[in-house]
Amino acid sequence: MIVRILSEGQYAVDDAHAALLNGLDSGLERAVEAGDEAGFRSALAEMLAQVRTVGERLPDDSLEPSDAVVPDEASSLEEVRAMLADNSEGLIPG
Amino acid sequence: MSVMKRLKLIFSAKANKALDRAEDPRETLDYSYTKQLEMLQKVRRGVADVATSRKRLELQVQQLQQQSDKLEGQSRQALAAGREDLAREALTRRSAVQQQQTDLAAQHAALQAEEEKLTLASQRLQAKVDAFRTRKETIKATYTAAEAQAKIGEAFSGISEEMGDVGLAVQRAEDKTQAMQARAGAIDELLASGALDDVSGSAKDDITAELERMSSQGDVELELARLKGELGAGKAPEAIEASAPSAAASTPAGTETSAAAEPAAAPASEGEQK
Repeated sequence: MIVRILSEGQYAVDDAHAALLNGLDSGLERAVEAGDEAGFRSALAEMLAQVRTVGERLPDDSLEPSDAVVPDEASSLEEVRAMLADNSEGLIPG
Repeated sequence: MSVMKRLKLIFSAKANKALDRAEDPRETLDYSYTKQLEMLQKVRRGVADVATSRKRLELQVQQLQQQSDKLEGQSRQALAAGREDLAREALTRRSAVQQQQTDLAAQHAALQAEEEKLTLASQRLQAKVDAFRTRKETIKATYTAAEAQAKIGEAFSGISEEMGDVGLAVQRAEDKTQAMQARAGAIDELLASGALDDVSGSAKDDITAELERMSSQGDVELELARLKGELGAGKAPEAIEASAPSAAASTPAGTETSAAAEPAAAPASEGEQK
């Protein structure tokens, strides 16, 4: 699967690691829903570390769409909530 | 649904919408390419804006450093003159200036990181735009409208996702730059108002004024002491002789007064001439 880390780029992650990422993603989701800032920080940090470790950077000129998108470290819980609430008209241009 | 899948759907929603609207999907290629070039311009402007803000911060950090050095010098001067109260005031102000310096240094680091991120984003987007252009020409030359659909879909969603990502990064940088500019403006105002004293040296702050007053007072005292010393040493005749030219000087002073009256009359005579 291809995972995009926002404002960083795309990584090709072997499907063997999908279960691990999905587990981390569930933790992230719970933290976002609970509005748990500390939980969000640690879940996000772990997720990003995993993607960077097991994933392989796609070249810059690759035009493949991603299967998953992960916020970067600079994203706050607030921002991620706003993104998730976006109806494709507001926050994300393009 | 999971966070990363939901985010992915949000990013691809726009691409799908644009594709659905177009009658001939090949048209969307050219339209998208135009949009991509616009976005590239936008990112580059973003990089330039952040750099401008960063340089302004650097200038302010320098100004604050000069201010801090000056206040330290003043506190030494004041202490040497036995004015601990004045030295304390200068050091208090210096600590406020140092606080500002620390804040600015943190902001500077944040801006620098933002600048690097945007520069990389612009490089990534450039590489993708170039790849897209090549792909676009191939698709247009090779496939009919019906065949092109699937081929276009993939390239289009890939670049559209990048555009969304870069767009977000630019937005974020703009927000930060704006916040920073407001702050930088406030510091400029502080520096100009003299609350932090203008380091360009146009206006004298009160500590400088007090130190100068003390030093000129000191000079007067020294001068008095010297004169007294001279008188005490029996140089009285010299002093009396010296008073003669000063009496003579009163005559030119009188002429000056009458001379000063003349220009005052001049406008009146000019008026008569008209």
